[in-house]
Amino acid sequence: MRKLKEFIVEKLILICGLASIFFVALIFLFLLKEGLAVFKTVSLFKFLFGKSWYPISEPAQLGILPLILGSLLITVGAAIISIPIGVGCAIYIAEIAPLKIKETLKAGIELLAAIPSVVLGFIGMVTLVPLVKNLFNLPTGLTALSGSIMLAFMAMPTIVSIAEDALYSVPKTYKEGAFALGATHWQTIWRVMLPAASSGILAAVMLGIGRVIGETMAVMMITGNAAVIPHTILAPVRTLTATIAAEMGEAVVGSEHYFALFAIGIVLFVISFAINVTADSFLHKRQQ
Amino acid sequence: MVKFEIHDLNIWFGSVHAIKHINMEIQSNEILSVIGPANSGKTTFLRMLNRLNDLNQNFKMNGEVRLDNEDIKNIDMELLRKRVGMVFALPLPLPLSIFDNVVYGLRMHGIKNKKVLEERAEESLKEAYLWEEVKDRLSESAFKLSGGQQQRLCIARTLAVEPEVILFDEPCSGLDPISTAKVEDAMVKLKEKYTLVLVTNNVKQAARVGDRTAFFLSGELIELDKTDKIFTAPQDKRTDGYIRGKFG
Repeated sequence: MRKLKEFIVEKLILICGLASIFFVALIFLFLLKEGLAVFKTVSLFKFLFGKSWYPISEPAQLGILPLILGSLLITVGAAIISIPIGVGCAIYIAEIAPLKIKETLKAGIELLAAIPSVVLGFIGMVTLVPLVKNLFNLPTGLTALSGSIMLAFMAMPTIVSIAEDALYSVPKTYKEGAFALGATHWQTIWRVMLPAASSGILAAVMLGIGRVIGETMAVMMITGNAAVIPHTILAPVRTLTATIAAEMGEAVVGSEHYFALFAIGIVLFVISFAINVTADSFLHKRQQ
Repeated sequence: MVKFEIHDLNIWFGSVHAIKHINMEIQSNEILSVIGPANSGKTTFLRMLNRLNDLNQNFKMNGEVRLDNEDIKNIDMELLRKRVGMVFALPLPLPLSIFDNVVYGLRMHGIKNKKVLEERAEESLKEAYLWEEVKDRLSESAFKLSGGQQQRLCIARTLAVEPEVILFDEPCSGLDPISTAKVEDAMVKLKEKYTLVLVTNNVKQAARVGDRTAFFLSGELIELDKTDKIFTAPQDKRTDGYIRGKFG
């Protein structure tokens, strides 16, 4: 009887484990099946590097280069803003802050992570966008810069909490060893703690970037959604994600446009997969 | 000459009274061994001498500790730690070459001249009895050394910043008897130039290398005397019990 129970529980757990893999495989297959169909009409090269995205003109022009560049521009912008601030914040929390401030900051960071992206987008739209518009004297504040700043806020909680974990897991003996040699606090942080935690911090950065590149709602609301190749960070852009979200509703099922949107999904999937694998390999390096 | 003077020292970690009313002196160019069972406060005592305890947020101390007749509270913390070096229980080489490990502290203190670095590295490695074993492979990773060699490398790293006092926190606890003997040889040689304080769980090691031995129990200094005397005619029954292995 007990053996039977054991057997059943074991198999149930096995099914749960397999289910997640099964669903991922299904999603991937579906994405491939729908997305690859677009390459019957457009070549892969033209799709990835075509300069115009006019999916409903006749004949449809399905080049996603402006969208890729839009996503990249916003991601790079967000990374430039969020990495120094995020890592700095993690160093402050892990190494410098007194206990009370540390608790308050950590709670604040968690709260920041809990804000739904649509709310952040909304706040950005009514505060950040006019600010950018007036500051740079632009016809519109709906620009890549606004998107970058907003997304930097969204990437920060991820970067801070994982980088902070990495700093905590540096053995205490390293720190004491540096202090015992007469190092100052900053020398200890800069020359011992950061190098020792570097793989964890890189993983934090990669996961933060992964969050940014997959974000949809906030960027759709504040980047202006113009599918043209941006020449400055003060131009409106449209990202891969926003394109899918905005156009999927109106695309005719089975049309070229519809397939193209799925193909964009594949591109996104490949990008985030690559980022996650990189982050993972950094994390594993750290554990070894 | 008196190196360290300690007057009515008390240390607390939160509500735990770790060191109780200790008065003692540490002489220049002696090896002072500190023995005692776990939780006797001997490591806390050692880490007080270079103010490493200050890293702990719950740490509180009163009393007076003077280094060369100057209150250590008035000495700049980085300078104090440069003057009072420390070797830890586990060898802690950094993931760098042997040479870079030895001169790490020097570089941290702003010395960049290659010639000076090389001279100091050779000198310190010789003092730590490691030079002969590594002189042909200074650019290899420090992790390629054996445990005993790594510990002597850490001693060399501490020596390189030219301290006056060296604190040893159970430096041989992870080493085999032969490596231990080499580290002990190095220590005996080092007292010509430096003052050494050795915390050890190995009573025999204290007997072998210490000029004087202090016995700590529950944060109190029970007895401090010439090592011969502690081990042949201890004044306190508890000292006698501990060195005979009756408790601890």
